Amino acid sequence: MSQDTIKHPGLNLGCAHGGDHDAAERVMFGFWLFLMSDAVLFGMVFSTYVASLSATAGGPGPRDLYNIRSVFIETLLLLASSFTFGMASLALKYKHGETRLIGWLTVTLALGVAFLGFESHDFVTMFAKGGAPTRSGFLSAFFDLVPLHGLHVTGGCIWLVCLVGQIARYGLDTRVKLGIMRLALFWHFLDIVWIAIFSVVYLAGLA
Amino acid sequence: MSLAAIIDPPLGRLSLQSLPFWQMLQHPTEANVINGVIATGAACVMVLGAIVSFALITKYRKWGVLWTEWLTSTDHKKIGIMYVALAFVMAARALIEACLMRAQQAFGLGGGFVSPEHFAELFSTHGTIMIFFVVMPFLTGVINYAMPLQIGAREVTFPRLNSISLGLTAAGALLVMVSLLIGKFSTGGWFGYPPYTEANFNPGVGPDYWIWALSLSGLASTFTGINFVTTIWKERAPGMRLLRMPLFTWTALCTSILMMFAMPPLTIAMAQLALDRYLGFHYFTNAHGGNMMHFVNLFWMFGHPEVYILILPSFGIYSEVVATFSGKTLYGYRSMVMATMAIAILSFTVWLHHFFTMGQSADINAVFGIASMLIGIPTGVKIYDWMWTMFRGRIRFTVPMVYSVGFIFLFVLGGMSGILLADPGVDYQVHNSVFLVAHFHNVAVPGALFGLLAGYHFWFPKAFGFRLSERWGMVSAVCWIAGFMLAFFPLYALGLMGLPRRTVSYTEPSYVPLEMVAFLGAILVIAALGALLVQLWVSIKHRNENRVFVGDPWDGRSLEWSVSAPPPDYDFAVIPVVTDRDAFTAAKESGNAYQRPGACADIELPKNSALGPALGAIGLAIAFGLVWHIWWMVILSALAAVATTISSGFARDTTRIVPAQQVQREQQRWIAAAAAATAISRADECKSSNAGLAEQEYAGVSA
Amino acid sequence: MAQVHEADGQTEPSEEERRDFRSYVRGIGLALLLTLVPFALVRWAWIPRFPLLIAIGVFALVQMIVHFRFFLHIGFRQKREDLQLILFSTLLLIILVGGTIWIMGSLALRMAMPPQP
Repeated sequence: MSQDTIKHPGLNLGCAHGGDHDAAERVMFGFWLFLMSDAVLFGMVFSTYVASLSATAGGPGPRDLYNIRSVFIETLLLLASSFTFGMASLALKYKHGETRLIGWLTVTLALGVAFLGFESHDFVTMFAKGGAPTRSGFLSAFFDLVPLHGLHVTGGCIWLVCLVGQIARYGLDTRVKLGIMRLALFWHFLDIVWIAIFSVVYLAGLA
Repeated sequence: MSLAAIIDPPLGRLSLQSLPFWQMLQHPTEANVINGVIATGAACVMVLGAIVSFALITKYRKWGVLWTEWLTSTDHKKIGIMYVALAFVMAARALIEACLMRAQQAFGLGGGFVSPEHFAELFSTHGTIMIFFVVMPFLTGVINYAMPLQIGAREVTFPRLNSISLGLTAAGALLVMVSLLIGKFSTGGWFGYPPYTEANFNPGVGPDYWIWALSLSGLASTFTGINFVTTIWKERAPGMRLLRMPLFTWTALCTSILMMFAMPPLTIAMAQLALDRYLGFHYFTNAHGGNMMHFVNLFWMFGHPEVYILILPSFGIYSEVVATFSGKTLYGYRSMVMATMAIAILSFTVWLHHFFTMGQSADINAVFGIASMLIGIPTGVKIYDWMWTMFRGRIRFTVPMVYSVGFIFLFVLGGMSGILLADPGVDYQVHNSVFLVAHFHNVAVPGALFGLLAGYHFWFPKAFGFRLSERWGMVSAVCWIAGFMLAFFPLYALGLMGLPRRTVSYTEPSYVPLEMVAFLGAILVIAALGALLVQLWVSIKHRNENRVFVGDPWDGRSLEWSVSAPPPDYDFAVIPVVTDRDAFTAAKESGNAYQRPGACADIELPKNSALGPALGAIGLAIAFGLVWHIWWMVILSALAAVATTISSGFARDTTRIVPAQQVQREQQRWIAAAAAATAISRADECKSSNAGLAEQEYAGVSA
Repeated sequence: MAQVHEADGQTEPSEEERRDFRSYVRGIGLALLLTLVPFALVRWAWIPRFPLLIAIGVFALVQMIVHFRFFLHIGFRQKREDLQLILFSTLLLIILVGGTIWIMGSLALRMAMPPQP
């Protein structure tokens, strides 16, 4: 593979896709910029969280609220979904057919939804233990950071459903391909943000 | 939330109380009547303006044209023009408010006529509008117009996103305008520090208006930044290497990078304040572990880069203007580029100088103080580069050049006061005084506004095909410069005499003379605005004498001057190949300009899209619903936003083809005009003989 | 180029495809390892708190790089702009997040806010 065939971050379609590969360059670059901007957004809520660690105002702290088992399951779910999305990208690139592509995307969606299920269950448990965001500055900061990631995952799931709808409607045309490739970046990016969340919020909080 | 809570009360917090004259009618005390009349008058002017515009558009049957040619357009040129128009409308309001504030302070010895509450609204709207809805749209518009032309591109990379950004910006601006008529705007200043803006001190709608207006504008700017960076990075014409880009494009690149990275802190600060106010979170409250200082920190992580977002494009414009009207290539191009980059990166390392007095350790203050002073170095480099560009040039004092020279003098003064303020010790003495107000106006008005006005005069003939009246432009420029000096130099002295900023009235009689001078300056600035309007009127009236269809009225140096004025929809019939830094000057000198293109090809352009205006309207509805707690409206509009976005993903037929024949025809017409036009020398630049073809002293020497 | 790298139909996976597939498998393997170790360290608290925090941070950073490398395919062979952007964003994040923690920490100390738990 020579240097100039890699035009953008993420899995490149390659020359076999002709014009779609060229069209990807600028669109993927623009989306990459958006992700960088989003990274700063997350950076800001992380700094809020870290600066508010001691602001529990007598309310429950990390040790009272976090559940390492459920976070571990969430981490595995998200990691697995990153892998299945990778398989979907391969199915797209090497033209394994729409059925296999939709199959991998559906598995990814299921994993994403399962992640969201576990996460909301976590939040409900926290509320039950008196860990509502209105309780303290610390909890406000927590509920800024982790649900923001959850909101992104929700957005990713909706986007995924829309893309499957577009495949059904138009087949694998240029815009669908570019959509899947951008969602792939988004999905892997969210997994990276989750690494920071489970490390900084949960593991460091329970350490 | 139950259904009942969503629809009851159906209009949320809206009631007759929200109208500006209600309090005056209920409690007709003298103060209430004066403030009620001012507020009602302002609201009436706005409503009348809206009605008159509506009536005129209906009378001349222009709704169709407005919709198909402008509002739904994805053409970067038209979007740029709409941004600038928005900026001018908003500037009119913000400048009148400024004049009112100066009047209040001039007569503010022991009272004045404006109530403290009203005065607080005035300075909050003035600051918010000037930054977010005048300078931001102005610079976005100018970049939108000129940058793709300068890099030899036909469009920005994401034209629909561009239109959405415009829609969201306009929605934010409209929200601020609506606050004039319904309810009150924030009284917390343009940076709205909590806990004052928290729900327990400010339960009204003011801070909510402010939060959602800024959120809409911030979102739009993030998208714009991403769009511009992608465009500059990926759409340059062949041969246009990074170090061949015109300097304005360089500053546009740096500004866009700043927009991308500086808007997220604002978004987060606004979201957190909103969560505090709406759902009882504790980010910035006094109780339960909230920390108001965190807002200050977050806000200025956005706020300082924002200052450079405002000022860098103007630096680019000055570079173009000074080079063009000195008839020389820009001196020290590389150092200019490096200085621009240095300013962009340094701007992320100085945010703490906005709150030296917050209470952190002196070491931190020292670090950020030194970093702030460092910015003076690249800025100084730029000043020298402009002066060396003028040195031994054949300078023509046209309107843009007058603004540029005025800028160089005034900005150096403003920069010096900035270096003073960067010293934490000095800052402890003068912070929160009008000395600071004088400083930031002294950098922002010449630095940002003069530059954008210079750009307006510079590129207006390109955009509309005729030159602006030089005489009225000069009147306006002189009024701006003199008015600015009269309005703000006294404030330095007043600040040192101890007048705090945002003072509605005072008891110290020695302030009065200087306040009077400042008021006079404010009147001159209003006169300058009036002169701009007259200029536009006169120029449109005499447009046929001042046509510059051939497209190069100023003997320009970069690619935007190499096409007709106004340029065709597709900008370039054939994408140019760039071989030099001053691409068009090189083409003119080697005799390659105005060549009949060979075979033209079909050109693909983005189709019009209603997505921008639709999302703008939906954004306005969401924001208005949130401000007034009209929950059904919020929910319905949010659903509409999601549905619109999703359905736009299903759109396919998004491009149109300009047939090769049409391109060929338009090109031939333009080349014929160029051949028929007389080339004029620079001495006749401002006469009606200027048809946009510049005489070349050295033309044909090398060809 | 185009001819050389043309995927040859639906039959046998090409060399390139096998390489791409291996990238994802390696990625998930490494990521799993880098996730499991810190979780186990925290769950069974084998080492004292401060080194544990450092270990968590190091594992997180390495795992992020693994994700960038194997899932997002950022490397040194392609156009550098993507990598440069990541590095620039990282620089900004270090300045902004680090600065915030420094400033707010100093403020908490001097304003006698309650210390960290």
